[in-house]
Amino acid sequence: MSEFVFLVVTSVTIISALGVVLSNQLIYSAISLLFTLFGIAGLYVFLWADFMTGIQLLVYVGGILTLIIFGIMLTNKISSARLSQTNMQQGIGSVVSLWLLIVLSLVISKTNWYSVSSSEPVSTVDKIGTLLMTKHLLAFEGISLLLLGALIGAAILARKEI
Amino acid sequence: MIENIYIQNSLIILFLPLVAFVIQIFIGKRLPRQGDWISISAIVTTLILSLYMFVSMLQGYDSNFTQEWSFKWINMGSFVVELGVLVDNVTIIMLTVVTLVSTCTHIFSTKYLEGDIRYSRYFAYLGLFTFSMNGIVLSNNLMSMYMFWELVGVSSYLLIGHWFEKDSAANASKKAFLTNRVGDIGFFIGIMLIFNAIGSFAFTDIFNGVSAGKIAGTTLTFAGVGLFLGAMGKSSQFPLHIWLPDAMEGPTPVSALMHAATMVAAGVYLTFRIFPLLTPDALLVVAYIGGITAIFAASIAITQNDIKKVLAYSTVSQLGYMILAVGTGVYTAAFFHLLTHAMFKANLFYGSGSVIHAMHHALHEKHDHETDPQDMRNMGGFRKSMPITYWSMLLSTMAIAGVPLFSGFLSKDAVLAGTLSFAQQNPNHFLLPVFGFGAAAITAFYMFRMMFMTFHGKSNMPDLMPDIHESPKEMVGPLFLLGTLSLYIWYTLPYLNPFSTHGWFTDLVVPLDSAVPGNPTAKAIDDGAHHAHHLAMYLSIGVAFAGIGLSILMYLTNVLSAKNWKSRFGVLYDLSLNKYYFDENYNKYLYQPTLNLARKIAWIDWELYDKYFINGFGRVTSWLSKISGKLDFDLIDQILVDGSAKIANLMGLALKKVQSGKIQNYLLYVTASVIILMIVQSF
Amino acid sequence: MNQLNTYLYIAAILFSIGIFGVMTRRNGIAVLMGVELILNAANINFIAFSKYGGMNFDGHVFALFIIVLAAAEAAVALAIVINIYNNLNTINVDEASAIKQ
Repeated sequence: MSEFVFLVVTSVTIISALGVVLSNQLIYSAISLLFTLFGIAGLYVFLWADFMTGIQLLVYVGGILTLIIFGIMLTNKISSARLSQTNMQQGIGSVVSLWLLIVLSLVISKTNWYSVSSSEPVSTVDKIGTLLMTKHLLAFEGISLLLLGALIGAAILARKEI
Repeated sequence: MIENIYIQNSLIILFLPLVAFVIQIFIGKRLPRQGDWISISAIVTTLILSLYMFVSMLQGYDSNFTQEWSFKWINMGSFVVELGVLVDNVTIIMLTVVTLVSTCTHIFSTKYLEGDIRYSRYFAYLGLFTFSMNGIVLSNNLMSMYMFWELVGVSSYLLIGHWFEKDSAANASKKAFLTNRVGDIGFFIGIMLIFNAIGSFAFTDIFNGVSAGKIAGTTLTFAGVGLFLGAMGKSSQFPLHIWLPDAMEGPTPVSALMHAATMVAAGVYLTFRIFPLLTPDALLVVAYIGGITAIFAASIAITQNDIKKVLAYSTVSQLGYMILAVGTGVYTAAFFHLLTHAMFKANLFYGSGSVIHAMHHALHEKHDHETDPQDMRNMGGFRKSMPITYWSMLLSTMAIAGVPLFSGFLSKDAVLAGTLSFAQQNPNHFLLPVFGFGAAAITAFYMFRMMFMTFHGKSNMPDLMPDIHESPKEMVGPLFLLGTLSLYIWYTLPYLNPFSTHGWFTDLVVPLDSAVPGNPTAKAIDDGAHHAHHLAMYLSIGVAFAGIGLSILMYLTNVLSAKNWKSRFGVLYDLSLNKYYFDENYNKYLYQPTLNLARKIAWIDWELYDKYFINGFGRVTSWLSKISGKLDFDLIDQILVDGSAKIANLMGLALKKVQSGKIQNYLLYVTASVIILMIVQSF
Repeated sequence: MNQLNTYLYIAAILFSIGIFGVMTRRNGIAVLMGVELILNAANINFIAFSKYGGMNFDGHVFALFIIVLAAAEAAVALAIVINIYNNLNTINVDEASAIKQ
C-alpha cells in the first residue's frame, strides 16, 4: 500500500514539475508548482520528517507560491485571457538537461552510499529546536538578520518611486 | 618601565625642556604673559630634580657611582647602534650647573627681554637649548652626543640671531654656525674613525676597545684630534675662536647661559669625556691649542672697550685654560674650572647685562640712540647707583682673577699646578706654564680694568647718572645667587682650607687612567700636580696680584697713564685692539679666495659646461630621439603594436558571440561545462 | 524501493527539470519557479541523507535554512521583477538589459 502511495506521490511530483517548465500558460506553471510542492511534502512524510513537511506546506505552498501568483497577477494584464509565455533555446537546453540527468544518475548508481536503516520514526520538532538553539545558533541568528534584510529590501525595491 | 630613579630623573630633566619648547613654539604667543611661566616652571622642575640628584650624590659620596641605560636605536642584523643615558657624578654636577644657570637665565630674561616682540619664541629657544645641552651631558655614546651637539649649534644660531633685524646679529649667528660646522666635520670624522675600528659608539665600549688595542697609533691620534676639533669649534679655541666674540650680539642672558657657562663648556665636557682615548700626541695638540688660546684671547681682552667683548674674550681665554688642563692630563681640574667658571662667568654676564640694561634705560630717557650702551668709555662711577650689581660682579671678578678665598683661585690653581708638573716632567714644553701664568696675570689685569672703568672713577657721561638705577629684583636675584657661589667654600666642603682644592669635588670626581698605553697613569699625574701645587700656588697668587696692582695703578689711581702706555706699545696695542686682524685675514686669505674660486667655478660651469657640454649633449639627444621616434612609429607602432591589436580584435569578434548578455546562455555554458568535466573525470 | 537511491534519483530528476526551466524560460517569474525546483531537489537530498545517515537532524536544520533563504530570495526577486515591469513594461529577462548600457 505504502509503495503504491509512494509511486503516486513520486509520479505526481515529477509530472507536475515537468508541467512547471513546459506549460505555455504562466498561471498553469504556478498551479503545477503547487502540485510539485505538495508531492515533495509527501516525500518528506516518507522520510519521517514531520516538521519539514509542515514547513514545506506553510512556507512554500502558503507563502512562496502565493507570492509567485501575486507576482504573476501584478505583472500581466489581467484583461488578456491567456497569460502566455515564450521559451528560448529549448532544443539545446533539453539536450544539456538530459545529459545532466544521465551523468547525475550515473554518479548516484555508481557511488556506494553509506546507509543505515533507522528503526523507528521519532518526533523531530524538539530535536531541531534544540539544534537551532545550540549548535546552529549563530547561523540561526544570521538567517534571521538576512530575512529582516530581505524584507526591508523587498519593500524598498517594490515601491513605485524608486 | 625604567626602574632606576636616577635614569628616570635624568630622562625627565632631558625631556621637560623639550616639552616646554614645543608648547612655547606652537601656542606660546597666545598664552597669558606669552607663556614664560611654562618655560620657567619646566626649568625650575628640572633644577629641583637635578638638585635632588646632586644631594643624593653627596649623601651617597661614592666616587665610582655610575648608572647606565640604553636602548637599541638601529638594529639591522649584526649592525646595532645603541643610544643611551649615562649618569655618574660628573653628569650630575654638569646637569646641576646647566639647569641652575638656565633657571637664572630664564628668570633674568623675564625682565631683560620684557616687551620684546619675540618674547615667547625666545623662551622656546631657551627650552630647546636646555634640552640639547642636557642631551650632550647625558649621552653615553658619541652618536647621540653628536646629534645633541648639532642641536646645540642650531639653538645657539637661533638665539644669537634673536634680533635678526640687526645685520650684525644675523651675520654673527651665521658666523657662529658656520665656524662650528668646521669643527663638527672634524668631530664627525673622529666618530667615524672610531666606529670603523671598534664598531660601537658607546664610551665604555670605545675605551675597552682602545685598551684592547683595536685602534692605536696614528689612527687613534687622528681620531682624537678629530673629536677635539669638534670641541675646538664649540669651545671657541684658536683658530676657530672668531665666532664667540661676535656671538655677543645675542641677548645678554643668552650670552651668560650659552657663551659663558654651558654651551661653550660642551667642548671641554667632550674632551673630558674622551680623555681616556687621547694619545700623547693628541694630548700635546690639545695642550698647545689650549695654551695659545688662553694667552692669545687674554691679550685681546686688554684693549677691548665693549663690556661684553671683554667678557667674551675672557671666556675664550678661560676655556683655553680648561683645554690646556685636559692636554696636560689634569682633566678633572679642567672640569673643576668648568664648574667654577660657569658660576662666576655667568654672573659676570648677568652683571654686564644689568649694567647694559641700566645704560639702555638711561639713554632711552634721554632719547639718545647714538651712544653705544655697551661701551665702557661711556660708563664709570656706577658703584653707588648699582650696589648689588657692583658687589656681585666684584666677587666674581675676584674669582676669575684668582684671588684666594674665591672659587676661581682653587680651580685655576689646580690647572696651573697640572701644567707646571707637566713642564717639569717634559722640560721641552716649558711654554705651556708660561702661557698659563701669563694668561692668569693678564686676566687679573683686564678684569679689574673692566670693573674700574665701569663702576669706579668719574662718570664719562655725567648727565646720565641720575637715570642709572639698580635693576629689578628678577635680575638682581640671579646676580646675588651666583655671586655667592663665587666663594671658595661651596667647592671645598666639608673642608674649609681655602688654599687646597680638597673637598667633595675632588672626592667625587676622580680621574681615570688613560686607555691608551704610554700615557702616564692618573696617579702619576696626580702626584706630579700635588708636588707642583705649592709652587704653582705662590706663582699664581703673585701673578694675580701683579695684574690687579697694575690695573689699580693705571685705572683707579691713574699713577700710570694708560695713554702713554698705549703710545709706547702702539703696534701691540693696535694688534690687540683689532684682535690680531684675525677676521680681516680670514676674510682676505680664506673667504675671498674661496669666493673667487667659487665664482670661477661658476663661470666654468655656466659658460663652458652648460653651454657646450650640456647643450651639445641636448642636441645629440634630440637627434637620437628623432631617429628612435621614427623607428618607434614605423616599426613598433605600425607593425607590432597595431598588429597585435588587430589579432586581439579578430579574436574578440569571434568570441563576442558567446557574450550574449543573457543569463540563461551563461547557465547553459556552465551546466555543459560541468557535465563535460564530470565525464572527463570519470574516465 | 523505499531506499536512499530512489530519493536521490527523484532529486536528480527534479534538479534537471529545474535547470531546464531556468535555461529555457524567458519570463522572470517562470525562471524563479525553476530555481524553486532546484532548491527543493537539494532539500530532498538533505532530508534523505538525514534519514539514511542515522536520523541526524543537522540535515533538517540545513533544509530549514534553505527554505528560509528561498523565501527571502523569492521576496526580493519578485520585488525586482515588479520593479522591472513598472519601468520596462516587460518581465522577460533577456529584454531587461537596460542596465547593460
